Amino acid sequence: MNYHWNWRIFWEPAPNGTGTYLDMLLSGLVLTIETALCAWIIALAFGAVVGVLRTLLSKAASWFGFAYVEFFRNMPLLVQLFLWFFVLPEILPPSWGLWLKQIPNAPFYTAAIGVGLFMSARVAEQTRAGINSLPRGQKLAATALGLTTAQAYRYVLLPMAFRIILPPLTSEFLSTIKNTSVAITIGLIELTGEARAMQEFSFQVFEAFTAATVLYLLINIVVVTAMRFLERGLAVPGYISGK
Amino acid sequence: MFASFDFDVIRRSLGYLFFDGMTFTLTLTGLAALGGLICGTLIALMRLSGFKLLGRIAGLYVDLMRSLPLVLVIFWFYFLVPYIGQWLTGSSRPIRVGAFTSSLVTFIMFEAAYFSEIMRAGIQSISKGQPAAAQALGLTYSQTMRYVVLPQAFRNMLPVLLTQTIVLFQDTSLVYVLSIPDFLGAASKVAQRDGRLVEMYLFAAVVYFAISCMASFGVRRLQTRIAFVH
Repeated sequence: MNYHWNWRIFWEPAPNGTGTYLDMLLSGLVLTIETALCAWIIALAFGAVVGVLRTLLSKAASWFGFAYVEFFRNMPLLVQLFLWFFVLPEILPPSWGLWLKQIPNAPFYTAAIGVGLFMSARVAEQTRAGINSLPRGQKLAATALGLTTAQAYRYVLLPMAFRIILPPLTSEFLSTIKNTSVAITIGLIELTGEARAMQEFSFQVFEAFTAATVLYLLINIVVVTAMRFLERGLAVPGYISGK
Repeated sequence: MFASFDFDVIRRSLGYLFFDGMTFTLTLTGLAALGGLICGTLIALMRLSGFKLLGRIAGLYVDLMRSLPLVLVIFWFYFLVPYIGQWLTGSSRPIRVGAFTSSLVTFIMFEAAYFSEIMRAGIQSISKGQPAAAQALGLTYSQTMRYVVLPQAFRNMLPVLLTQTIVLFQDTSLVYVLSIPDFLGAASKVAQRDGRLVEMYLFAAVVYFAISCMASFGVRRLQTRIAFVH
């Protein structure tokens, strides 16, 4: 290979005046984590509600849940981000559109909401699977005790369901982190974006991407380790993962 | 809100969108799924082979690919493939690689990790008696895999493999980051040339949605049919 390696590049100042190349990559890392956390909050909130809707007896509710999931699952994330970023401001009433276009940090908010809604469809499917995996007797017993549907979900079904679906939710969270990199296309300079910028400034392609790779691996290890502790603490006794 | 819509821009660019863009997207999806399935099966066999080192290497590869965002992997291979080509052909400088070859290599390598996990689950779902019986009949390891285990694993996992292919179909839109005219790239080129972002992106969304919806509906029907035979 006639590639000129230069691993000291990370300590050289970057031309955009924000410090060294390493600082550049680390600020990308921070932005990736911030975006992913905001997106994850949206995904959990919407996903849990839609997942519950799909398990209700009401035809309308479960149909709405079905349509919601299909809508967000059958379009590439990239196309969804374009719809939020380029199309939404144009089809709203002009004054709203103008307001949307003038928001500072628009790529960040678009990415958090776009990735969040995209992931919420997957979280909804996991939530539904978790609720459906519970024995029917749980719902029946809750109703027999005189709990309303809302109370049955709040006190009986959801606490169990969430503890059961914690492992698949971990991998959905990891997907959320990875998916924030798609926002590079709407101008969010997160970790992948900073690596790409470093490659363009310094021509040290493989050093830049190696660093980004290592940082992504680190995020993964931290999340997986933390979630393993959480899973162990919250495992339901009597289930395979429980004690 | 549709008053200022210019539907004609879609009609005018239909030929370019589908003959160039969609052909690229579908060819890439098909070939990457095929290549990913073959490489993925080999990786799954490596992980289940019982050779510790082989299994460890395959496992590391799968974990690495699954922890990286596809966009980063696309960038990696875009710059790496010329050097791999140089190494393979023994030429003195990095070779020139076209957009299609580069993205095809990327998606095969990336999807191989995901397909290998599916095939591994498929192989593990076959009861132990099957390979044991094959061995008792005097079949070698490769014959056992080829004639007994893999066909059944493939058949059991077909719905999951096809669902993964639908995900792959949607993911190919990410070659946009290399300015390659796949379906979305073509739509975006027209959109920017004619200043018609709204029409073109909405149209692209509808097309992706329709194709993925029909495909996943088909997979669901297939799933019930396969489940019935069992």
